[in-house]
This record gives sequence, C-alpha cells and structure tokens, in this order.
Amino acid sequence: MTSAQPLSLFEKIWRRHTILEREDGAVLLHVGRHLVHDGTAAAFRSLADRGLKPRRPDRTFGTADHYAPTTSRELASIADPGKRAMIESLATSAETLGFTAFGLGDKRQGIIHVIGPEQGITQPGLVIVCGDSHTATHGALGALAFGIGSSEVAHVLATQALWQTKPRSMRITVTGALAPGVTAKDLILAIIAKIGAAGGTGHVIEYAGPAITALSIEARLTLCNMSIEAGARAGMVAPDETTFAYLRGRPYAPTGDAWEQALAYWRGLPSDEGAVFDTEVTLEGEKIEPMVTWGLSPETAVPIGGRIPDPAAEPDEDRRAAMLHALDYMGLAPGTAITDIAVDRVFIGSCTNSRIEDLRAAAAIVAGKQAKIPAIVVPGSGLVKAQAEAEGLDQVFLGAGMEWRHAGCSMCVGMNGDIAAPRERCASTSNRNFAGRQGRLARTHLVSPAMAAAAALAGHFIDVRAFKDN
Amino acid sequence: MEPFKRLEAIALPLDLPNMDTDQIIPARFLWRPRAAGYGDLLFNDLRYAPDGAASPDFVLNQPSYAGAKILVAEKNFGCGSSREQAVWALHDYGFRAVIAPSFGDIFYNNCCKQGVVPVVLPEAAVAALRAAAPGALITVDLERQTVTGPDGFHATFEIAAYQRRQLLDGLDDVALTLAFIETMAAFETEYDRALPWLTARPASA
Repeated sequence: MTSAQPLSLFEKIWRRHTILEREDGAVLLHVGRHLVHDGTAAAFRSLADRGLKPRRPDRTFGTADHYAPTTSRELASIADPGKRAMIESLATSAETLGFTAFGLGDKRQGIIHVIGPEQGITQPGLVIVCGDSHTATHGALGALAFGIGSSEVAHVLATQALWQTKPRSMRITVTGALAPGVTAKDLILAIIAKIGAAGGTGHVIEYAGPAITALSIEARLTLCNMSIEAGARAGMVAPDETTFAYLRGRPYAPTGDAWEQALAYWRGLPSDEGAVFDTEVTLEGEKIEPMVTWGLSPETAVPIGGRIPDPAAEPDEDRRAAMLHALDYMGLAPGTAITDIAVDRVFIGSCTNSRIEDLRAAAAIVAGKQAKIPAIVVPGSGLVKAQAEAEGLDQVFLGAGMEWRHAGCSMCVGMNGDIAAPRERCASTSNRNFAGRQGRLARTHLVSPAMAAAAALAGHFIDVRAFKDN
Repeated sequence: MEPFKRLEAIALPLDLPNMDTDQIIPARFLWRPRAAGYGDLLFNDLRYAPDGAASPDFVLNQPSYAGAKILVAEKNFGCGSSREQAVWALHDYGFRAVIAPSFGDIFYNNCCKQGVVPVVLPEAAVAALRAAAPGALITVDLERQTVTGPDGFHATFEIAAYQRRQLLDGLDDVALTLAFIETMAAFETEYDRALPWLTARPASA
C-alpha cells in the first residue's frame, strides 16, 4: 500500500481489491461483502442453472426488503404468489447455499442499505456490491460500494469477484456548515441540481470538506445513498472518529485485538494530501436551503422558496420538451410557488431516510399536532422500529394521525403494493421522483423527513424553518 | 448470449432525456421469471393506456418503426435502478443496440451481459440520428466500432475492450473468470489474512 504517489480513498480501496489487471484495462476486483435481497431470485436461478455454488457464502448477507409487506410480518399476507415467491427464494437460497439472511420474522430484517451499517456488516475500506443501485449508501462508512445488475450478482456469487474498468474520480467539497433546518437530504438534492442527473456518470464521488465531516453517519448514509441519482455509481466519505465510534460494538464489527487491527487499516484509508481527482466541485454549505423536487428527475430540485420554472425561458428545444412533459405529468403550472403546491399524501421511509435520526426529525415536527393528509411512516429496519418505539416516536406519529408500519422499501418503489393512486401528489423522503415510481401516474416530490412531516401538517409544502418558529 | 458483429436495422428514436429504468420496465413486473419473456412489458406505461389499449402517440406503436432493432435515445438513458429486466425487456422486444449521448453506468454494463450493444455518440450525432426519416436504416458495426446511417452519417464509438470482446463472442463471463481460479484463490488467502476481522460474527450467533 505504500506509494510515493498520493492516493485517494477510492484508489486505496481499488488497489486493495484488485486481483488482476488485464492488458485491455479490465480489472478483476475482489468483493469484500456481497449483499443480496428478495429481488435476487434470478441470480440464484442463474447460479443453479450453471451448477455452481456461491464461492464465499461467509461474505454474503441478505434480507427481505423490496417485497416485504409493511402491514404484517406474515408471508401469507402477500396475496400475489409471484411476489411471495421472491421472499421465499431468498429464505430458501440462504438455507441451501449457506449465507446469512434476515427474513421477515427476524427483528434485524429491514432495508438492506439500512441493516448493513446497522449490523456492522458495512465497514470502511471494503468493496461492497449489491444488486441494487442504492448500494452507494454504504460509502458513508468509507467503503467503495456500488450497485450491479443480476448477471453481475450471479458472477459475484460464483466468483466473489467482478470485472470492472477503473472509474474516474470526483471530489465534491462542501465548505462551511449547513444552516439549521437543512439536512443531508437537502444537501444531496442541491448537489444533484448543481451537477445534473448525469453529472457523476462514470465517476466515484468522494464527499469532503467541513460540512461533510460534521455530518453524523446516518446523515452521511443519506448523502451517499443518492450518489446514483447524480449518475455516479458510488459516493463515499473518508472514515474518521465518527465512523469508528458508530461501528464499535455493532454485531458484525470486530472486537478486541481484531478491532485494533481493523482500526489500523481504516486509519490509513483517507485520501492522501495532494491526491488528484479527475473532477472537482465545490458548494458553500451555508447557501443550501430545504429542497423540493418538482419534475421527473431528482435534478429538478429547487429551494422551498422557489417557483416552478417556465419552459418558455429554456432555450434548448429538447430540454424544453422534457420540461413540458414533466409539468404535464406532475400537473403543475410554470411560475407556481413551491409552497402553493397542495400535497395529497406523505411517505416517510426508504433507504434514503428511514433511520432513527430521520424518524426523530419527523416526530419533532408533528409532535402534538394533526396531519391533514394521509401519511405513512416506514422504519428502515426492525431494530429502528424497536428503537423508535422505545423513544415513544410511534405514539407521536399515531397521535398525529399517521400510520406506523413494519420495515421495508415500501412506497419508495411500490413493489410490495404500497403505492399512491394515479395523479395523487406525494411528499416523499425517498430517492426517485421518476414517472410511475410510486404507482402508475403518481406524482412524487422528494424532500427531507422534516419537510415531509411539515407538509403532512400543512397539506402543502412549507419551509420547515418557518414552521418551527410558528 | 448471442454474438453481435454488425447489425443493419430500422432505428427507433426516443426523445426524452433521463429515461430511467422504471419507465423502461415498471417495478410491479419485476418478479416475472426471465423465461416468461419481457418484450411485451417494454415501456409499459408509455406504450399502453391504463385500460391496456396501445397509446397511438408512443413511437413504439407507430407502424413505420415496426421491426426496429436499434434504439436511438436521449442523454442518461437507463439511469436509476440496477434492474437488469430493463435490458431483458429491450432484448426480448428485439432491440440489439441502443445509441445515446450517455447511459446510466449499471444499465450500460447490464447491456453488455445480455448481448445488447450500448453505443455512446456525441449529442449532436445522436440528435441527427433521431431526426432521420421514419423507417430509416442504421448500421452498428461492433468490429469496426462505427455507426453509419442515412445522408452519409458516419461516426465511430468507444467501448471497453473486454466488453467489446464479450459482445463479439457472446461469451459467458463466469466461465471466463473461473479460468483465473488459482489467481483468485491466492488473492483470497492473502486478503483473508490481511483483513481477518471480516469473519467477526455476533457473540450470540
């Protein structure tokens, strides 16, 4: 690992996991942790069809999340046999192939990107892959984590390795500090609005600067989670004392001498002074405001005080057509103030914003008040749910007239049947406002948990900072 | 998978940027087994009205593009979810190549695993191809890494050598990788020794 050349966090992990590099530039990369879920059935089948077994079941961990029902823990409650089979496939595969999986009946079950860090399975300095694009989340602990497709999942199961070409690197530096009422969700939406939904394509992003190092691990998880929404496959934050304090004592974290040994490796990971990045971007932390998306891509994020842009002012014809399409789908008129947009439904959850700090932030807004519109709160894991209940947050949400559910991906992707009705407008703490993402013709606006909670009370978008003062 | 050398076919233009994989194949269909085929689900919500009737305005339903095998898309095509079903749907419908100014990274890699050639060309070149007359033929030549089309259109494209090789040969890369099994095993022995804490398990387990 010693080198005269200054290396970035990304390069150090890349080198540590390079098995071989071919003359044509293809690198065979070892996989430290492989995460699987209830959408992995096709890869298990592909492996079986080849007559292969997983090479490293000891480095494979899974959970049921995409198809997990949030109103029950009973498999039988899933009416559709095809969807039920997806969860069954994970349980059966774990049993026969010998990897660890947290099923519906396990209190540790939850969204894979929530439970990886929560269990200490996610650790700094590892290549972590999963057949899910939001695998970028795990980069918050200083891992190189990225999503892969089903064929690649089968390949990793069979070989514990993956062919890759080396991505470019980008450093996004956020100076200063975030203002009160502004969260990691607002920050990542502001970043995506700045660099665009394809701004990070082909890159691994390292987030750096004082506004980043001041973030808690849970906030870093939110930040890294949406790196994919900027087109980047991975986002990461250098491990530091905050990271180590978070990991210490977690079930799959090392203990005793092994902890010290791990710590020695982890402390060497941060980018060296003088490390070179292909692209550098800087944002001023103080200038970030609570954000709301208005269109069909996360890049359409605007500050809460903003207005729906006017396509007539867009000189590029293709871009103008895309804006008109988005406004038509979203049922919005140019020039409308964001705070004048009435909301029909609220979703608080997803791998972006379903951890305990997210639930606390939402509960702080709704405590003692009443929601005007239907709202569901879906914790990211059984353990987050238990923690929230121990703190009385469930009673806060229920008292406000909101629903308190079991853990799963739920309305972020709607695969378990938790969806919005056609043309229903949803303030959502999830990560994608794509057409049909939350149900056919459903309209999604991405916001932070506090902003979603405030919208639930007001029935329209409202600046959570002003709301707090009232 | 089927090898791809060169294909001359009708090109179908799709004008929307940031065409995410949720629109290519909505999440509610993803549990369907691969063997059942995904071609009928491609662009489902754009292609069919909620009552199941074909939407006449959507380009896929227009007769002049019947039999199209090359998709000419906008920037950031296939962004979003890692679902490989997006490529299965394109493949099963009959598409064997997609041309766009940029792709979602995971989608791009998934294409290479399914014998669908992802071609990146400059924005202006892709716009010219999208503007071609309905039913126009385009040729994607993977061996030469060229795209040719109407009105003397000619462009070259880049693709990683190993992905080009995989597409040309139609190779299953699991078999290819397992040829390096000894190198991999030696690497793993060293890795497990250097990072022994990865075997840590909960005290109760």
